[in-house]
Amino acid sequence: MRTEAAAAAAPLAKVRPARRLEGAGPALLVPSALYVLVMFVYPFCYGVYLSLRPGKGEGGLSVANYLAFFLDPWQARTIWVTLSLAVPNTVLTVLLALTVAYVMRRGIWLERTITTLLVLPIALGTVLVAEGINGFYGPKGWLNQLLLMAGLPDPIRLTHNYTGVMIALFVQHFPFCFLMLLGYISGIDPALEHAARVLGARPWDVFRRVLWPLIAPGAAIAFALVFVMNFGVFPSAVLVGQPAGATRTIAIAAYQQAFEHYDMSMASAIAVIMGAGQLVGLIIVLLLRGRLAATGVATMGAGKR
Amino acid sequence: MAEQIGSLHFRLTKRFGGKTVLDDFALEVRGREFVTFLGPSGCGKSTALNLLAGLIPPSAGEIWLDGTRIDGLPPERRGFGMVFQNYALFPHLTVFQNIAFGLELRGWPRAEIAGRVRQMLDLVQLPGFEDRYPGQLSGGQQQRVAIARALVIQPRLLLLDEPLSNLDAKLRLEMRTEIKRLHADLGLTCIYVTHDQAEALSLSDRVVVMREGRVMQAGTPAEIHDRPQNLFVADFMGYRNFFSLTVTGGDPDGTVVGRAGPLTLAGRGAAPLPPGAAGVAAVRPEDVAVTGEPPGPNVLRGRVRLTEYLGREYDLEVILDSGQTVKARVAQPVAVGSTVGLRLPAERVVILLSEDGGGGIP
Repeated sequence: MRTEAAAAAAPLAKVRPARRLEGAGPALLVPSALYVLVMFVYPFCYGVYLSLRPGKGEGGLSVANYLAFFLDPWQARTIWVTLSLAVPNTVLTVLLALTVAYVMRRGIWLERTITTLLVLPIALGTVLVAEGINGFYGPKGWLNQLLLMAGLPDPIRLTHNYTGVMIALFVQHFPFCFLMLLGYISGIDPALEHAARVLGARPWDVFRRVLWPLIAPGAAIAFALVFVMNFGVFPSAVLVGQPAGATRTIAIAAYQQAFEHYDMSMASAIAVIMGAGQLVGLIIVLLLRGRLAATGVATMGAGKR
Repeated sequence: MAEQIGSLHFRLTKRFGGKTVLDDFALEVRGREFVTFLGPSGCGKSTALNLLAGLIPPSAGEIWLDGTRIDGLPPERRGFGMVFQNYALFPHLTVFQNIAFGLELRGWPRAEIAGRVRQMLDLVQLPGFEDRYPGQLSGGQQQRVAIARALVIQPRLLLLDEPLSNLDAKLRLEMRTEIKRLHADLGLTCIYVTHDQAEALSLSDRVVVMREGRVMQAGTPAEIHDRPQNLFVADFMGYRNFFSLTVTGGDPDGTVVGRAGPLTLAGRGAAPLPPGAAGVAAVRPEDVAVTGEPPGPNVLRGRVRLTEYLGREYDLEVILDSGQTVKARVAQPVAVGSTVGLRLPAERVVILLSEDGGGGIP
C-alpha cells in the first residue's frame, strides 16, 4: 500500500516544477528571438539602409539607387525577365503537381517508389540538377542524340536559354510542391468524395464542387512559395540559362553589382527590389486566398479526420 | 414520397489482395423493408454497403434492382442515398448548400430547391439552420443534416453505414427513434450497417448477422434474438453461458436433452440433433433465475463469486462445482460467498450444434 501511494504521488510531484516554469514561457523565446534579430532583422535593416546611401557612403540618405535601377532599361528589364520565368513556371509546377497529387490521392500501385523518384531532385541540389539537365537536354545530350538518330536534322536548343531555366526550376520545385499538395489532398476525408458521388456527382463534379474548394487554400500556399523561390532564381539562371541575356534575372543583376562592380549600395537596392517583388506576389496570392476564405471555401478541417 | 422499389437482390464477392472480405454474400431486399447487416468489425458489412452504393467494384457478382442489373452503374447513376458514420458533410458548404447539393446536380430550379431544402430541414427538425456551416453543428445535428441530404433526392434505397456510432449514448437513442420514424413515415427501403445488436433489433424488419464475409443467420429480430442458429450468433446476441453437452434424447416438438458432465440440460434445439451428437447449450444471463429447488434437470448449484450492482438489477458470477462460471442477472441481491440454486428455464435454453471445426465455444 505504501509503495502504491508513493507511486501515485510521484507523478504529481513531477508536475509542480513544470508549473513554476509557466511564467517563464516568454523567457524561452529569447534565444530564438535573439537569433532572428542578429541573423535576419539587423542584416535586413542594414541592407535597406545601405541601399539608401549611394556611392561610397558620403552624403545623406537618397533613393538615387532605386531611380537608377528603374531608369536603366538594362536593369529594369530584369524584373520582366524574372517574372516571365517565375509566373509561367509557378503556374506549370503547381498545375502538374496538383494533377499528379490528385490522381495519387487514394494511393496507387508502387506509390512509395514513385514518390521517392519524384522527390529525389530535392536531395540532389541545384548544381547537380543543372549538370544533369545539361547532360540530358544539352546539344550533345541524350535527348538530342536520340532525336538525331530518329532523323531530326538539327539538335533542338533546350539549354542555356529560357527553356533550360524553365526545366531546371520545374525539376527543383515540382517535388516540393507535389509533396505539399499530396499531403493536403490525401488529408481530405475520402467519405466526402463518396458522399458526393452517391448524391449524383460525376468525377469532374466531385473535383469542382467538393475537392477543389478544399484544396484551393493549400494550392494557394504552394503557389506562393514556389513563386517566391522562382522569383529569386540564381544558380539555374547562370548554369543552364543565358545569364547575359534572356535569363538575366534580378538576382543576377544584384550579384553583378555586388561582386563584379563592388557597388554594395546598388546591390542592396536591387536585393530590396527583389524582396519587394516576392512580397507583392505573396500578397496577391494571399489576398486571393482570403477571398476564397470569405466565401467559406477555406473553412478548413475536411471532415472529422 | 420516394419512388418505391419492388425488390433489390444481389450476390456479391469481394477480395482485397488475397483476402476474401465478402464471400458470395446473397440477399433479396423487398421494397419498404428495413434490413440490417450486423456483425463485428471486419465482417464485411461495410464493404457490402459500399459495393451496393457502387463506391468499390465487386470481384464477382451481380446486383439487380427491379429486373435491371445495376452493378455496372457508377454510384452517381444508382439513385441511392447514403449516410456515413462520420457524416461526411461538405465542410465548405452551408447546411442549405449541403442539402441542395444533390438537387443542384439534378438541375432543379433554384426556387424549387429552396422550398425542398426547407421541407427537409423541417423533416429532420432543424428549421432555421440553413446558413450554418457543419463545423458549427453538434454531432447529432450534423447527422440530421446528413440524413436530410441523403433523403432530399428521394432515393430508391437508403444506405446507412453505422450512422449512430459517433454519437453519445443519449443522442444515439434519440436518433435511432428518428430513423425509425423516417422509415415508417416515408416508406423508405433501408439497408443499415451496425455492430450494435440493440440498434439492429429495434430498427430492423430483418437482420443479417455476418462473420468474415459470410451470412451466419438472417431473420427477423425476434428470430435472431430468441433462436440463434449457431454459436457465433448466440454469442453476438448476448448469450453468455455455454455448456458443452452430449445429446441424449429429444422430443418431436424440438426439445433436446443432453448431459453436460453431472448436469442434465433440456432446451430448444436449433437444429435436429440426434442422440450422441455433440451440442452446446446456451442461455442468457437475463434468463437465469435464482431458485430454492434442489439440483436436478436444468437446476444447478454454485457459489456466488462476484456481484455487480447495475441500478435495477445485479449481475452475479456463480462458480459451479465443475469449476465453470455461470453469469446471471437477478433482481434481488445475493451475498458473495453464499451458495445459490440456479434454474435455466428449458424454453430459454438454446441447444446448438457444437462447431469443433469452427472454433468451439466462443
